[in-house]
Amino acid sequence: MKVATHHGVLQVRRSDRGLELELIGEWRTLRFSEIDAALAALDLGGARRVEISTARLEALDLSGAWRLREFIQTGRAAGVEIAFEGAPPDQLRLIDETLKGASPPCTQQHPRLHPGALQDLEEPAIRSLAFLGRHAVLYGRDLVRDLAFLGRMTTTAVWGLTSVKRLRPISIARHVYDTGITAMPIVALIAFLISVIVAYMSAQQLRNFGAVVFVVDLVTIGVLRELGVLLTSIIVAGRSGSAFAAEIGSMQLNEEVDALYATGVDPFEALVLPRVLGLVIALPLLTVLADIIGLTGGALLCRFLLDMPLTQYITRVQESIQPTTFWVGVMKAPVFAMLIAMAGCYRGMQVRDSSRELGRLTTLAVVQAIFLVIFADALFAVLFMELDI
Amino acid sequence: MIYPMLEVIGLVNRFGTQVVHNGLNMEVRADEVFGIVGGSGTGKSVLLRSILGLQRPQAGIIRIDGRDITKMTMSQLYEVKARYGVTFQQGALYSALTVLENVELPMIEHVEMAPEARDELAMLKIRLAGLPADAAKKYPSQLSGGMIKRAALARALALDPKLLFLDEPTSGLDPISASEFDELILYLQKELRLTVVMITHDLDTIFRTCNRVGVIVDHHMEVDTLEGIVNNPNPWIQSYFHGERARARLERHGT
Repeated sequence: MKVATHHGVLQVRRSDRGLELELIGEWRTLRFSEIDAALAALDLGGARRVEISTARLEALDLSGAWRLREFIQTGRAAGVEIAFEGAPPDQLRLIDETLKGASPPCTQQHPRLHPGALQDLEEPAIRSLAFLGRHAVLYGRDLVRDLAFLGRMTTTAVWGLTSVKRLRPISIARHVYDTGITAMPIVALIAFLISVIVAYMSAQQLRNFGAVVFVVDLVTIGVLRELGVLLTSIIVAGRSGSAFAAEIGSMQLNEEVDALYATGVDPFEALVLPRVLGLVIALPLLTVLADIIGLTGGALLCRFLLDMPLTQYITRVQESIQPTTFWVGVMKAPVFAMLIAMAGCYRGMQVRDSSRELGRLTTLAVVQAIFLVIFADALFAVLFMELDI
Repeated sequence: MIYPMLEVIGLVNRFGTQVVHNGLNMEVRADEVFGIVGGSGTGKSVLLRSILGLQRPQAGIIRIDGRDITKMTMSQLYEVKARYGVTFQQGALYSALTVLENVELPMIEHVEMAPEARDELAMLKIRLAGLPADAAKKYPSQLSGGMIKRAALARALALDPKLLFLDEPTSGLDPISASEFDELILYLQKELRLTVVMITHDLDTIFRTCNRVGVIVDHHMEVDTLEGIVNNPNPWIQSYFHGERARARLERHGT
């Protein structure tokens, strides 16, 4: 007779009559890997009969019992007689009962396509066509939905202008605070750094031509016309666009938006419009701040890097800008604000069912907001060129 | 010394000046169903969160299976967490995962197991919780309220715990589903020899399932058997078990 112990959970005795298995210790989920390894490593060695003893078994939970049951089933399928010394553990009966329990076995659900369609899709040419078609339809639908949102937004805005109460001034003020006031430090810092970068870079190049004084022109026009508003918008898109999408999206998940509908409050009026208007107010103000800080940064850099006296810098700034330069930058801000706020709110409203959707749509909101801002800026550049401003 | 399954001694929880628990004691014995009752704002959830190690109490000892969790490091607590199952009030299923994946998550986290074995064991738990097999592939948003509770129960059973915490297991269910859920809890308690601790407001559930009840009053807990607690002289407990809504049930259950 030979005795072997496997992983401390199983003791095996070989005799003429067959195998004797003695289950030892705790057969629990947390030791599943040992139990699994022990049973898997067990060589029945052509035994006709296996007797299982549970006398030294301290605990058997469902996972342990399930693995034992698997072992018994495989053994029996191979024609081995398996019996328990004494009564079989109660847990085996529970598993049998549960699995019998009327409901059909789990089947993998495939999307329903008729067989022909599935075969056609295998063809590369057809597949790419199908891909093209499907995406065209999806984009088409998306476009219709975008337009619907825009239309809804516009009618709500027009309707909202009819009374102050509908405009929700307190809510707007909150959003001006959240998106504007709290963004001031980061906007100021970025504007300062950008003017430093522009001044530093152009100073290096212009020094070759002895035209260092034009650094002032570059900083002033660059910051006022483009960089101030563009970078502010991109920061705000990252900060507030994502916040809008996440806020409205999690409200969707909590059914708060449905609750608003059910109370007779239009979510567009209560959630979307205050955010859009709040940002339309906040972003131009942030842009002005960015302009001021940008010009200050330029002045400091010219003073300390180029040794240009402050009075000369100011004179040069006044010479280089036209009356329109400042307004060209600032008037873009409300447009960018609308784009950012609407991308955020729109994607937030689209969130359904799961937290994964929330993440996906928040990302999409930020990416689209930044894309739209840059795209709109390009259009503005062409427009202003044509108008010769 | 043999410790009870769960033991709370002198628990103190305070938020600023607001006292939630002041010297709360409770003891849950193995293989019993223990009900926790209390008015809104008396700190039932705070108690549960303290026991689960989600927040540290200001003072007191909480022993699960004889080990004090208030003194534990994060990694010790992690081990203890594999030994109990919890269902939360709203289900708290992971919305991005299917029911099957929800049940498998604790297994993946704590047990080394072949994916096929895991699938089948998770299916076993899902069936055990009384869900049809086709529910396994569904997402939580596609389930009804009753099914969410059952799926949460299946996930709580994933690691075959000895101790099961249920937070308002029958709230939001219709009376028939609720009583089916009571029967399910009783069945599982008997078959798996579970110790169940449940927070509940449902008098039917208390009378049907609980062996002993702890009522949180005046920042501490009155613990007694069902008969004992019904006859407790405390005015809040009296009005809880002898109010309009309770009387009909008391008669029906003949307690």
